[in-house]
Amino acid sequence: MRKSFFHTLKKDICRDWQLYIFLAVPVIYIIIFAYVPMGGLVMAFQKFSIRKGIFGSEWVGLDNFIKFFSSYQSGRIISNTLILSLYTIIAGFPIPICFALMINSLHGRRFKKISQTVVNLPHFISVTVLVGILFQLFNTRSGLYGVIGQALTGSVPPDLFGSPANFRHFYVWSGIWQEFGWGSIIYVAALSSVDPSYHEAAKIDGATRLQRVFHIDFPSICPTIIILLILRMGSVMSIGFEKVYLMQNNLNLQASNIISTYVYQVGLAASGISDFSYATAIGFFNSLVNMILIVTVNAISKKFGETSLW
Amino acid sequence: MRKNQVKSCKQDKIYYAICYTVISILTLSVLYPIVYILSASFSSGSALAAGKVWLFPVDFSLQGYQAVLKYQNVWVGYRNTIFYTVAGTGINVVMTLICAYPLSRKNLRGRKAISLLFTFTMIFSGGMIPGYMLVKKLHMLNTVWAMLVPGAMSVYNMIVTRTFLQTTISEHLLEAAKIDGCNDFRFFFSIVLPLSKAVIAVIALFYAVGHWNTYFNAFLYLTDKNLYPLQIFLKDILVQNQFSADLVDPEIVAEMQNMQMILKYSMIVVSTVPLFCFYPFTQRHFVKGVMIGSVKE
Repeated sequence: MRKSFFHTLKKDICRDWQLYIFLAVPVIYIIIFAYVPMGGLVMAFQKFSIRKGIFGSEWVGLDNFIKFFSSYQSGRIISNTLILSLYTIIAGFPIPICFALMINSLHGRRFKKISQTVVNLPHFISVTVLVGILFQLFNTRSGLYGVIGQALTGSVPPDLFGSPANFRHFYVWSGIWQEFGWGSIIYVAALSSVDPSYHEAAKIDGATRLQRVFHIDFPSICPTIIILLILRMGSVMSIGFEKVYLMQNNLNLQASNIISTYVYQVGLAASGISDFSYATAIGFFNSLVNMILIVTVNAISKKFGETSLW
Repeated sequence: MRKNQVKSCKQDKIYYAICYTVISILTLSVLYPIVYILSASFSSGSALAAGKVWLFPVDFSLQGYQAVLKYQNVWVGYRNTIFYTVAGTGINVVMTLICAYPLSRKNLRGRKAISLLFTFTMIFSGGMIPGYMLVKKLHMLNTVWAMLVPGAMSVYNMIVTRTFLQTTISEHLLEAAKIDGCNDFRFFFSIVLPLSKAVIAVIALFYAVGHWNTYFNAFLYLTDKNLYPLQIFLKDILVQNQFSADLVDPEIVAEMQNMQMILKYSMIVVSTVPLFCFYPFTQRHFVKGVMIGSVKE
């Protein structure tokens, strides 16, 4: 029995050896660039010094985690991350759905095509340029905002980027401006596969277009909506570093300091006094929470539909 | 019945009118900033400072673009970005294909375990600091390799490709080829690749846009100005307002403020125009990519 298992194993490997050669490069790559850094997470439990290296540094147990959670910063940083993320989801999630439902119910092909092309365009603007555009347009002197403000009140309007509350609005709404069109693609595609005979039948029964949106279109994309929403909730703690970092300044730090920017600030930005272990511990905590969220959310989505990530 | 239909007809008209209005407003609100920036970049600095620009260029001038052309860093950045985009996308596509194809073969031994090895990296990672330490240890800091190697493959794109291959390359095709004495290498190069042009186009576009637009790796790993991609220079100029000395002609120091403003608008246009020009022609590929990505295994 045992022998025959190894026998077929050997046979299979001999048969597919060329496939394994293909796979070797990506596997080595992923081990080096994904799993070795995971091993580096042991730094979180050490008092790491570059001179001594990972194998020579002193072990400190959970000290770095305790230091983070007992610091006055931690609560604010975690809540900043969550608030920014939830605001993005609550404000940004329904808009692509409404847009898709509306554009799907129209007839003019040309109009639809042009509109979709235009709203997809901002997706291709880089974060650097997006933030640059924001700063330009809302410049208190030369931007559109400044010009309009001066025309209306006669004096230079206040700088909007200086307040913590405004940071969140700018972050979220510029994100919506950039991504709602792109986000609607998937719904538009799901809507195009709705069986037209439902619509025919409903029309004969005298249903208005709006009624058909509520009773045919919307229910048919509901599974897609639920799955995307659940998956989106799984990434609630993982906001990208790039855009937040660019929009950060000393005046709005109170709202704009999130986990990833804090890790950077502690670990890499503070030259000379950078604390690798502490920064790694915070990053580790974040990765761990992310993983738990994704696994939970995936279990839920498995229950709802037959969909899961793996 | 008839009355009912007449009523619904009227309600439909209202509904359509609302839809057209809302979608038009949304479209215009996306379009307006883009048009404004374009117009601002073609206006003169003084017209812009005086708030005369609303929709079309005022005092048409190419000052901003002239300044961009004279700005050495932009050329360095452009050259590097093109290199990173082309070389990086090449590496990405090759890696993705040689990983996705074997994993799309259902009877490959260890397929599940190897797939798990890859998918696990989507849900858990070492994070910023260990990643940085690794690149440092490998002596890649401040080399082009730091821009190409750490992101050599995206697991998400690999899964998209694998899903595509599973549905397009039928097992009968493989069997028939094997009977004719075709080995896996040959099958991959002469049958799989030609049949997967569509998905190759899709992932290449995704990767290329990513390379063009990101600044993160360069920001962490590079300190040598000659290696900087365009996005880093854009970050310095647009966001942090740092101009290098050679940028502004001393003769027009008085106009420096206006000049910087115009220059920023021109830089936004110059850095984004390639993607915008490219997009309408490749739109269907992008849409297809989003679609394949949403199909579950």
